[in-house]
Amino acid sequence: MKRLILLLISLPLLSSCSDQWGWYVVDPTKKSGLANLKFLLSGLEQTVLMSFTAIAISMVVGLAVALPGMSASKGWRRFNRVYVEVVRAVPILVLILWVYYGLPQLMGISIGVFGAGVLALALSDSAFQAEIFRAGIQSVSRGQYEAAHTLSLNYVDRMRFVILPQAIKRILPALGNQFVYMLKMSSLVSVIGMQELTRKANELVVTEYRPLEIYTILVLEYLVLILMVSGVFRWLESRMQSDER
Amino acid sequence: MASAHPRVVINMQGVDKVFGEFKALDSVSLQVHEGEKMVICGPSGSGKSTLIRCINGLEDIHAGDVFVAPVEANGSRDARIGMVFQQFNLFPHLTVMQNLTLGPMRVSKLSRIDAEARARACLERVQIPEQADKLPRQLSGGQQQRVAIARSLCMEPDIILFDEPTSALDPEMINEVLEVMVGLADSGITMICVTHEMGFAKRVADTMVFMEGGRIVEQSPPEKFFSAPESLRCQQFLAKILHH
Repeated sequence: MKRLILLLISLPLLSSCSDQWGWYVVDPTKKSGLANLKFLLSGLEQTVLMSFTAIAISMVVGLAVALPGMSASKGWRRFNRVYVEVVRAVPILVLILWVYYGLPQLMGISIGVFGAGVLALALSDSAFQAEIFRAGIQSVSRGQYEAAHTLSLNYVDRMRFVILPQAIKRILPALGNQFVYMLKMSSLVSVIGMQELTRKANELVVTEYRPLEIYTILVLEYLVLILMVSGVFRWLESRMQSDER
Repeated sequence: MASAHPRVVINMQGVDKVFGEFKALDSVSLQVHEGEKMVICGPSGSGKSTLIRCINGLEDIHAGDVFVAPVEANGSRDARIGMVFQQFNLFPHLTVMQNLTLGPMRVSKLSRIDAEARARACLERVQIPEQADKLPRQLSGGQQQRVAIARSLCMEPDIILFDEPTSALDPEMINEVLEVMVGLADSGITMICVTHEMGFAKRVADTMVFMEGGRIVEQSPPEKFFSAPESLRCQQFLAKILHH
């Protein structure tokens, strides 16, 4: 964190030794600069809200897709495979465009920019989440299932109290990865006009014509956001480790 | 002993179990009576573990029948079958107390207070009441296996199955587990143990079973089993494990 602050301070200083930089555009001591900064940061809420909603949905859907993948029934396993392979094969940007422009035509309903963004991100992520959950659940030893079975726990209780707590602990690093990935991919939703971080930056670039400084701020915005998420996951991991010691 | 308890609680008829090409059980038939203590031994790969795992449905069978008699206490209900595993299979993320109360609370729908009272009584029976708040990994192997026994007891089983319960233990911990099992045997519960602990078998068994190649080769009371086994293969096996 200290190094990050150092970087932030050193960037404007760099500008003095080169006329490539024009930090005045986001200089918080100037009135217009402060307004521009505020404008850039105003996309934060939408980015966070959309990503977090999409991730929450994709985890639920991912688990719901993962469980049939381990079913004894061939039909359920096939459903899991088809879902994962098909959804995983669609690029996120294509999925966003398809959901926003295609879905209203297909269903005759409009779900709005936010709805389309969340739906596309959640759908895309759910296939990856499903694979992560499946790997985690399968890593729990057979003996755990057998012990739960001999206690006569039903399927839901077996998963809820015995298997998933152990699986989630193991897949936490992978879930953190996916979380960060989704935060970044949410920038793609700017193409359909979502007023999030990237869209705000694009709009400001058009009016101020200082892409270097504005996109640098954008990079830093994502960096800070993602470092905070990583920090939370690191904390969760260490907490779950110490639970067992 | 079997004649004193004539009710058959487990009846297996012509059970076959195959793993790919390997025939783990080859037309096995076996009756277990209420309150009977049965010890099953035999070389590894002879089908002992598979046999008891067929009783509680951990393995599906390919032919034959496994019948477990319902219990007629007040009204009729399915018999509850507990199991103790070679590798303990405690839930590593739960404390000893949580391991013990999970079944009673979720399956028997006991309140937390009742479940914890029952769990404490079970821990008392396996002589480790002071370990309730520890995690399994903080316990020795012998203690873990005793927790596993207590966990089965918490479900108030009618029948309890032991699958080589002392095979994964250091030698100095075997006796503490066997002592608990002897105490359990004295309580009158129906017990089926897969084990090579012949000292234990002599103390508690009503019936000895020797298996080889997925078949029951010898089944007799311990007095006869240890002094005059009929099959040559069983004689050789006993000679090996009793005088090494």
